[in-house]
Amino acid sequence: MVSAILFNILILSGLAVLAAIVLYWASQKFAVQESPLVGQIYEILPHANCGACGRAGCQDFASICANASAEEFQNLNCPVGGRKVMEKIATLKGVQAGEAERKCAVLRCNGSCQNAPDKVVYTGMKSCRAAHSVMSGRSGCPNGCLRMGDCVQVCQYGALSLDKETGLPVVDYKKCTSCGACVKRCPRGLFEIRPIQENMQVYVACRNQQKGAVARKNCKVACIACGKCRQINDTISIENNLSYIPPSISAPEEGEKLAASCPVKAIHFRQNMIEGD
Amino acid sequence: MYKISTTPHINSKQTTQKIMRDVIVALSPAIFSALVIFGYRALIVLITSITSCVFFEYVIGKKLKLGNTTNDLSAVITGILLALNLPATMPIWMIIIGSFMAIGVAKMAFGGIGKNIFNPALVGRVFLFISFPVQMTYWIKPHSFDFFNIDAGTAATPLKTMKNLDIGESLSSLTSYWDLFIGNIGGSMGETSALAILIGFVWLLKQHIIRWHIPVYFVGSFAICMMITHWITGNSQYDVLAHILSGGLMLGAVFMATDYTTSPMTKKGKIVFAVGCGVLTYIIRVFGSYPEGVSFAILIMNAWVPLIDKYCPQYVYGTGRK
Amino acid sequence: MKTKTFSIGGIHISKHKSSAQIPVEELALPDIVHIPVKQHIGTPAKIKVKIGDKVKVGTLLAEADGIISANVFSSISGEVKKIEEINDGKGWLVTVITIEREGDEFEPYMDLSDDLMTDISDDKEALRQVIRSAGIVGMGGAGFPTAVKTSIPEGKKADTLIINGIECEPYLTADSRLMEEKAEQIIIGVRILNKILGIQNAIIAIDENKPRAIAKLTQITKRYVGVNVRVCKSIYPQGGEKQLINTITEREVPSGMLPIDVGCVVQNVATVYAIYEAVQKHIPLFRRILTVSGDMNDNPRNYLVRVGTPISFVLKQNKVDMEKVGKVIIGGPMMGQTIAALDAPVTKMTSGIILLSKETSDKPESTSCIRCGKCVDACPMGLMPLNIRQAVNENNKEELRLLHVQDCVQCGSCSFVCPAKIPLLDFCKIGKFELSRK
Repeated sequence: MVSAILFNILILSGLAVLAAIVLYWASQKFAVQESPLVGQIYEILPHANCGACGRAGCQDFASICANASAEEFQNLNCPVGGRKVMEKIATLKGVQAGEAERKCAVLRCNGSCQNAPDKVVYTGMKSCRAAHSVMSGRSGCPNGCLRMGDCVQVCQYGALSLDKETGLPVVDYKKCTSCGACVKRCPRGLFEIRPIQENMQVYVACRNQQKGAVARKNCKVACIACGKCRQINDTISIENNLSYIPPSISAPEEGEKLAASCPVKAIHFRQNMIEGD
Repeated sequence: MYKISTTPHINSKQTTQKIMRDVIVALSPAIFSALVIFGYRALIVLITSITSCVFFEYVIGKKLKLGNTTNDLSAVITGILLALNLPATMPIWMIIIGSFMAIGVAKMAFGGIGKNIFNPALVGRVFLFISFPVQMTYWIKPHSFDFFNIDAGTAATPLKTMKNLDIGESLSSLTSYWDLFIGNIGGSMGETSALAILIGFVWLLKQHIIRWHIPVYFVGSFAICMMITHWITGNSQYDVLAHILSGGLMLGAVFMATDYTTSPMTKKGKIVFAVGCGVLTYIIRVFGSYPEGVSFAILIMNAWVPLIDKYCPQYVYGTGRK
Repeated sequence: MKTKTFSIGGIHISKHKSSAQIPVEELALPDIVHIPVKQHIGTPAKIKVKIGDKVKVGTLLAEADGIISANVFSSISGEVKKIEEINDGKGWLVTVITIEREGDEFEPYMDLSDDLMTDISDDKEALRQVIRSAGIVGMGGAGFPTAVKTSIPEGKKADTLIINGIECEPYLTADSRLMEEKAEQIIIGVRILNKILGIQNAIIAIDENKPRAIAKLTQITKRYVGVNVRVCKSIYPQGGEKQLINTITEREVPSGMLPIDVGCVVQNVATVYAIYEAVQKHIPLFRRILTVSGDMNDNPRNYLVRVGTPISFVLKQNKVDMEKVGKVIIGGPMMGQTIAALDAPVTKMTSGIILLSKETSDKPESTSCIRCGKCVDACPMGLMPLNIRQAVNENNKEELRLLHVQDCVQCGSCSFVCPAKIPLLDFCKIGKFELSRK
């Protein structure tokens, strides 16, 4: 009886020792040399793996942060985590974080149900990308929003929602991390990631490249390329019957003036976007 | 205003509900034979099983916000299949537990129709088989519950009998092939009559609900294994025809292994799957301690389906046949 | 005769070919036509007329701009009123030449008699030049300039000429009627192609549901050595180029390659007839046969229509009760495109106008996938649409590439057979779209 117990204990102990040796050998043999910093930085990062920073994911970004010199680090930014996260990583590394600008996505179309009423009945699959292939647009505008919410589906931060009244997606810029998923998803390329400078944004909410009269037939707020905005600031470009305001314009007064100058109200201006950040 | 939509502009008239209805039609001969052989008791088991399956589908679907999917009739089929896999004497409360395992655990917990990994009816049956082995193997003689005959008595299933056969003794001395074929034997309600199942099989093929590959390769591979064993050992316990006609092999091959959701997509995959089922059934029947192995074989192969699907893809036009 | 078909997939659809018995009739002339300058794949043709110009039937309106382009001819006689942009029916703006009709005068170079011209010139290059200048494009729906298709690129060799007389789409009967009524002309057209391509033989593929066309062509081909009729099974999409090549030659066109890479040239019968008219009768491509049919149309017809005729005019001549129409489809109901504005003109590629009733024009609601695998069995390219749908939902481009989504021919068989009514083709199209952009 006693010998049987002893025998079992011996066998099990022997197995345990053997397993321990194998495990030790394996951990030595297959060990990956990695600085502990990478792990620590990875813990700080948001773990969204969205690729907005331009890397393959949070793990990749963490190792780049860990290996970056002080100057290189200045240029690194996690758009999702924002300044707070970058500062935490900076203290961990003992360097200074870069002056990263806040950005958010804007919808460059204002073809709402009211401004650009439906001219066709679409009965296919409720997906902008499917509808994009069979018609020019719900209102006839070949560049306008299809209002079926493919962008809402792809946003993993819940920053996009379809407005029931206008039918257009609305960007909640407090939640928007400027990851760019909506930019890639929209079949008409209506989203643009624009910096928020001086607490404001000003942009042309239209991408229609048809002639003014044609565009206006389908949509009340289509840019007609009249050039009034250009008289205020000549960095504004007008190409293909469409005006484009570069992100460099960042004076609130100028923004206000631009918005007021537009006869069709295609220029959108908003202020006080960030409160006590 | 004329409608704009994506192509194609016409659709076939086939719907999920119509497919399920055809499967129920295909199951009706088996139901009929169960009613003839096991009398009113079979009716009670069937009704309990179907109602509780539909009930669980409805309630759990609502709770898990999967929507009401009861009108696609798939729960009815699970109910019928579960009932046909039980002995007629099964207590009602056990059937309800089995239905819960089938619908609640095996189907709805995975996300409802089309998302389950294992065949719901088989999960229910196997759960009951392991939990209540006595009740699940209490086989009554055919016609014990006829309306005029209350003379109930137990009978061993042919498989059980065969397992205990002595060398040289033959099964046909105990049961004739004809009885096995029409189902005049003890066993689970729907398994006994091979004839009824074959009628259902023909209907399914005629309506293009299933393809012939799974049932034929399943039974075929099983038969070949059995034949070799019979030939080597010369033991009549491995009588091929008796093995095919008895137990759940026919029911499993025609109705359980061909379940859309839990079987592979491609022809190649279907063959691999069916041969796997056949060989596993053979192994369990010959070397295992259970007399019956069909349900276990199908469930084990169900687990392999994602892998089979991955490694047996469809041949893509223009990629060059090897 | 043994019928043949392709090796992968395919579906059975009820054909609704009620207009197959009805002879082609010439449609009344419209008072106004809008002739698009782009009725083909490639660059739009360059406009050669001015507003106010008087034109006759057969006057060159716009000239091919580059290799992949095609000439456009006037289809009626009258005065050029406008050169404008109009809605093509789907909302896109297309440049058209609007002509108001005055009488019906033809350019004198055409031979409008019914005489059969059997002697073919031996000058290969001249023949090809006639096809090019007559503005002939693939009339099956693709609209690829035929002159380009008949010039074999250097280093490649064509050994099989296939004439596609398969109309696998339901309702359409235009090609079927053409084969019955102009059988001999088609075969002379085939002979012209034989000369241009330097191939002795040709195969005319017809599906089995056109017994009269088969009988007629088989009888005539007895007199033409090398031209053979091959009867194919009536399975959708038998008329798809890749499927047809597989049926006739058992070859497969590798992904991303053209039929010529496997030595095949496929031409539609309507195109072949246009070649006959252009080469033997000097008639450029300004008219075509189209079918007006549909599930709510009790007056199905085959019309010979001048290019540029507004679709609304065709429908008015057909006396359709437009109140009941829910959907207007250009082409067949499987692959045709819906239009919302009926002022859009008939083009060289319009093979039919299909009208669906209000009840059938709504897409059925989709339910959960039950993994039945019917889409896998149906796909003529051997793709797995249900896995493509999964990959699209996950936006997994790597997986989409592995699933060969770019090989999808968009025949719609998967969406058609799906019992859960999932728009699988839409997912495949989205998959292709996602792969095509950066």
